[in-house]
Parts: sequence; structure tokens; C-alpha cells
Amino acid sequence: MNFFHKYSSPKHFYPLAGRLIPWFGAITAVLMMVGLYWGLVIAPPDYQQGDSYRIMFVHVPSAWMSLFVYVVMAVGAAISFIWNIKLADVLAASSAPLGASFTLIALVTGSLWGKPMWGTWWVWDARLTSELILFFLYVGYMALRASIDDPRRAGQSSAILAMVGIVNIPIIHFSVDWWHTLHQPASVMKLGAPTIYITMLIPLIIMAIAFQMFYFTVLLVRMRNEILEREKHTGWVADIVDGRG
Amino acid sequence: MGPGPRDSMRRAIPFRCMHRDCPRTTMKARTKRMILALVAVGGVAVGTTLILRAFKNNLVFYYTPTQVAEGKAPRHSVYRIGGLVEKGTIKRDGLKTSFTVTDLKTAMRVHYTGILPDLFRAGQGIVVEGRAGPTGIFMAKQVLAKHSATYMPPEVAASLKKHAEFAKQAQLAQSR
Repeated sequence: MNFFHKYSSPKHFYPLAGRLIPWFGAITAVLMMVGLYWGLVIAPPDYQQGDSYRIMFVHVPSAWMSLFVYVVMAVGAAISFIWNIKLADVLAASSAPLGASFTLIALVTGSLWGKPMWGTWWVWDARLTSELILFFLYVGYMALRASIDDPRRAGQSSAILAMVGIVNIPIIHFSVDWWHTLHQPASVMKLGAPTIYITMLIPLIIMAIAFQMFYFTVLLVRMRNEILEREKHTGWVADIVDGRG
Repeated sequence: MGPGPRDSMRRAIPFRCMHRDCPRTTMKARTKRMILALVAVGGVAVGTTLILRAFKNNLVFYYTPTQVAEGKAPRHSVYRIGGLVEKGTIKRDGLKTSFTVTDLKTAMRVHYTGILPDLFRAGQGIVVEGRAGPTGIFMAKQVLAKHSATYMPPEVAASLKKHAEFAKQAQLAQSR
């Protein structure tokens, strides 16, 4: 508990994050290269979709991350809203643009996949529509933060939006089971064995971990920037600026 | 965070009722916020559930042929039906294609003029948009392929098919 107590203070979190970034960055680079080479070159083509299915190695991890980052953001927002932990608000604020990016990548790659496979760029089925709403939630959260100058008040107001938006997450995940959709049902994130052949599943899992590590790396960088911005009037930041930190 | 009061981080502010005669409540600000958060999320969850239930019929992307037969699809407007392309029913004549869509219970004949998606083939899951003609034939304006959630290399698919045929023949031989 002492560990959390110490590192939930921005002053102590800042150098810890700085030490972790190179490690996460290195793991990201290695996994990303291995995963992409395995997925795009080594993995066999699909029996129905040929080589077009390979966009899955980017589409699926970004779609998973779009949901994961939202959960992180909402939990951070809730902790900052209820317990007033500053670092939790920094976490939520720094996660939002990353989550929005993952959502946008999932939407765009899905659209590029949809045209040759389904025969259309876009349909208003439950999965695609709820994922688009997720994108708007991220953008709305960022816009709300940006519209309030005082970071404390911005955190409190936007936290409510982030918490309430969590309702959309199970809707996205279960949309393919609850309603008839054009989007196919889950292949991996479901009860029972995955319906992806093992030689395709391994690079997919590697890419998923690579995306996760990428998120942590960029998140730590963003959180450090956010901390410096918010604590710029404090002594310890002045020490860093003057080269004493 | 700028310079300013930071005490709220450490100290819980006691809740004071504005009424003069009210006994002082000791509910902490933190507890109040927790209740507010739970009520907000719970309220939106309940509201969304009710809305989604109310619009259940408008949220489906397509109807199955059985639902159409039961009269659940809008009769006089454009709608979509989804199912499998029945084997041996595809007839092509230039750009004109006709085939049967089935949900393994009910089948519907579909007429379509235009380019079909790459994945269109017998046994494929598809979604067609259009309206039912007077003779009960579905006049499609658009055909979309619904690819399955199964991914495997061509060799594996071929060997699975071979095994399936082998098993079928073995079964046939046994029943004779």
C-alpha cells in the first residue's frame, strides 16, 4: 500500500515513469516487428479471404485497445472524481487521445476491409454504430476538458461523462450477439476455443500485446507532460527546469 | 495543478445541512460523490437498456427468412434479409443473378442485377437489401457478404472438407 501511496504523488511518479518508458518502448518495438512480420509474411492466407484478412493484425488489436483504454479512462476518472487523486485524473486525461486514435484506426481499417469482403465501406449495423459512438465519447470528453480552464473543475466535469460512457462498452462487445449485424461475431474474445487457426492466432496475440505495450509507452510520456504542465508552479518542477532535479 | 487549496485531497469535508434545526450529518464528501457516481452510471445504464429494448426491432441489421414469413419484416418498405446462399440454387445470366437465401428453416428466392462481392458463393452467409415483389420473390438492390468468424489456411479447410466427406461416406457405407 505504501508503494501506491508514494507513487500516486505526481512528484514521485514523474521519475518512475521516466525510468519505465525506455523498457516499454523497447518491448513495443520488438513485439511490433515480430508480430507484423509474422502476420504479414509468415502466416498463411485465409481459405476464404486470401491475403485481405491480414488487415486483421492491425484492426483487431486496435479495436480491443479502443475498449480497454476507455475502461482505463473511466476507472481513472472515477478514482479522481471520488477520491480526488490527482494522478488518476492525469491518467484519464492522457488516455483520451490515445483511445480516440485506436478507435479511429479500428474504424478506418474495418472500412478498408469491409469494401472488398462485404461489398461496402460502411453500414449502420449495431457493431459499427456503437464503435462510432465510442469515438464521439472520446472526442466529447476531450472537448469538455478543453472547454474548462481550471484543470480541477475540468477533471470533475469530464469525469462524469467518462463514467457514464462506460455503458457503451458492453454494448459494443455484445452487439454482435444481441442483434443481427453484418459484422461477424467474436473469434477470440468469447467462451470456448478461438475460431482462428493457431498459425494466425499467434501473430494476432503478439500484435495485441504490442499494441498494449505501445499504449503504456505513449501513456507514460503523455502523463509526464501533463504532470509538468499542471505542476509548473511547484518547486520540484523548477528544480528539473534548472537542472537540479 | 496550480497553487491553491489542496486540502480536499487529504481531509474529508463534513456535510452540513443548511437547515438550522437539522442535526449535523456526518456523511463525508467522498461518500456523497461515490453515491452520485453510482446513481449517474446506474441511471444511464437503465435508461440505455430501456431505449435499446424499445427500439429492438429497429436495431437489427437484417431479418431472417423465417421472420419474414412470420410477417415481422416491414412489408411495404425496403428491408434486408440475411441467411445462407443455398447450394445449387445460383442461376446466372450476365449481370442478372438469382439464388435462394435460407436460414435452414425457411427459404426465399432472390433476384439481383449487379456486381456481387468476392465472397459471394454457395453456402456463404449474405445480407441482401431490397423489397419483396408481388410474386413473393425478393428484388434485391444490394448484396453484402457476411464473412464468418472462422479463419484458417486453405490446406486446413481442404483437409477438413476431405475428412467431412470421408466421414459422410463412411456413415453412408455403415447405413447400407
